[in-house]
Amino acid sequence: MSSNKIRWPSWPLLVPALALLAGILLVPLADTLIRSVSTPGWTLSNYSNLFTDGVTLTVLWRTAVTAATVTAAALLIGYPYAYLMTRVSPRARGILLVIVLIPFWTSVMARNFAWIIILQDGGPVQSLFEFFGADDVVFYGTTVGVTIAMTQVMLPFMVLPLFSTLGAIDRRLLLAARGLGSSPTAAFWKVYWPLSRGGVMAGVILVFTLSLGFYVTPALLGSPQESLVAQLLAQRTTLLLDFAAAGALGMLVLVVTLVLVAWANRMGGTMSAIGVVAAGRTEGRR
Amino acid sequence: MTTTPSTTVKATGSSPGTPSGTEIRLDRVTKDFGLAAPAVDDISLTIRPGEFMTFLGPSGSGKTTTLNLIAGFETLTAGTIALNGTDVSDVPPHRRNLGMLFQNYALFPHLTVAQNVAYPLRERKVPKREIARKVAEVLELVQLTGRDDNHPSQLSGGQQQRVALARAIVFEPRALLLDEPLGALDRNLRSALQAEIRRIHREVGSTFVFVTHDQEEAMNLSDRIALFNNGRIEQIGTPQQLYAEPETLFTARFLGDSNVFELGQAALDRSIVWDGESWGVDPATVAAHPGVRAGSAIVVRPEDVEVAARRDEVPPGANAVRAVVRDVEYMGSYRTLLLAMGGRGLPGRTRVSPLRGDYAIGDEIVAWWRPGAQRIVAA
Repeated sequence: MSSNKIRWPSWPLLVPALALLAGILLVPLADTLIRSVSTPGWTLSNYSNLFTDGVTLTVLWRTAVTAATVTAAALLIGYPYAYLMTRVSPRARGILLVIVLIPFWTSVMARNFAWIIILQDGGPVQSLFEFFGADDVVFYGTTVGVTIAMTQVMLPFMVLPLFSTLGAIDRRLLLAARGLGSSPTAAFWKVYWPLSRGGVMAGVILVFTLSLGFYVTPALLGSPQESLVAQLLAQRTTLLLDFAAAGALGMLVLVVTLVLVAWANRMGGTMSAIGVVAAGRTEGRR
Repeated sequence: MTTTPSTTVKATGSSPGTPSGTEIRLDRVTKDFGLAAPAVDDISLTIRPGEFMTFLGPSGSGKTTTLNLIAGFETLTAGTIALNGTDVSDVPPHRRNLGMLFQNYALFPHLTVAQNVAYPLRERKVPKREIARKVAEVLELVQLTGRDDNHPSQLSGGQQQRVALARAIVFEPRALLLDEPLGALDRNLRSALQAEIRRIHREVGSTFVFVTHDQEEAMNLSDRIALFNNGRIEQIGTPQQLYAEPETLFTARFLGDSNVFELGQAALDRSIVWDGESWGVDPATVAAHPGVRAGSAIVVRPEDVEVAARRDEVPPGANAVRAVVRDVEYMGSYRTLLLAMGGRGLPGRTRVSPLRGDYAIGDEIVAWWRPGAQRIVAA
């Protein structure tokens, strides 16, 4: 028996990560929670106010609708795109991947200002609509403009998990379905779509939860009259300094998000799909 | 095994008036992928109703492409394919009503065993009760009763292929196409499933087209074998015909072991001279293949080659060649002698009974055979 037989416990390796998480996540989160129920005095009024102030619920609903619209748009664009990525040559796949990833490598500010230029009054998009006779279409400062820009920013979070899931689907299953009597459409809906559902769930939940808390794009492209939850939070913390009310709102958004993630996990979409992306499609078609 | 499943399946499988098998006719079929040579090059072939036809050949010979053309997974470059006289060349695969078995099973991982087997019936809008009955019946036929609610990943490879087989025959397809279905299984499982496939072919009675590169599997299963080479059919016939009466050197070499004496453009007279030995020729053993005139070879199977210690022990009229024993392989019921034949030491082999004397490496012997046992083929 040599000395390398001695087994050191491996859990100390986790200490730095756990300490970091505790310091920057758990402590502030606990602080926020405590403040939200202890100001002024022990009370749940900060929470009940959310439902009675007449603003929060409207903003929450608007945020949910915007996030859902962004998610649907990202899915409609991302699914065919990810499918295409699985069907082209490795070289073309690389190019398609880079196109998706460019938003990741560009500053958030640069992207949003670019969208301002494109969508602003008198900008190219509005001019195009005017050319076709639609004179009263406004994007800048509206939820529509925010939705368009957010969809572009969120697209990678939809495409990457979808790509890893679709790439792992054995295409011979489609041939088998055709041979067993399915039209191409039936083969897609009965075989391909169910097998892609894990990736769809992962993408949907990622995009939706990220959209719920999105701040920069709505702040720059939206308007205070049509603000989303993140703007409301910022307003309550930086302008009104009402940390208790902001904390209550933050907790509400957190709970909604966690419930959604739990539901998605139960529906079979797993976050692990995201982890596969980095490795790419290691199991290629034979 | 009871006989119940066979009778029930027969009752549903061949309702009165329906022929039990389908004739598959390929007429001048070509598939060109735009590569150097067409994958399938002008093949004509008729597969008889109820026949077990095997497409045998090395990889890249066009056998799987031909099967995919029949299935409709590939489109024809030229020619026609007809099922029972009806041209289906332009019919999409899901309307050809053919069963297909793949090497990787291609079971739907998100469905249970029963749902997989029910899939083709659902696509045909068969009533629910009927589906349940047929699924139970066919699962009994492949001996998988009770595994209905398992998912494919919970089954072994052999069981998965049985499910795939059940799924491929449950809708009573016009024919069953099998694309190397046993290729992924180990040896014991292979022979068990071969027996199973033969039994099901007998019981269902429909046309089977089986693709393999394994000559033993082909010989074991088939009514007839079409041997593919470079996108063409080299020879077609019963396993016995292909083994005993090869037309070409390719066929002789692909099926079983052979001793091959290449003759070049030797005249095919009453006798032939090879390496100074003069051999008799039986006209009945000369292949009808037109290529024989251009170049030919003598093929003798190892089991037809006898061994003598000296020339004078060789019976009169036999063809003989001197040889040196290079190695002896003990195979249990027989021994194989690896030989170096003639002055140039051509490699050869013969089978001898273990009872008949001992042979050592380096022994000089005389190998001989009857002229009727040799075959003169196109080289």
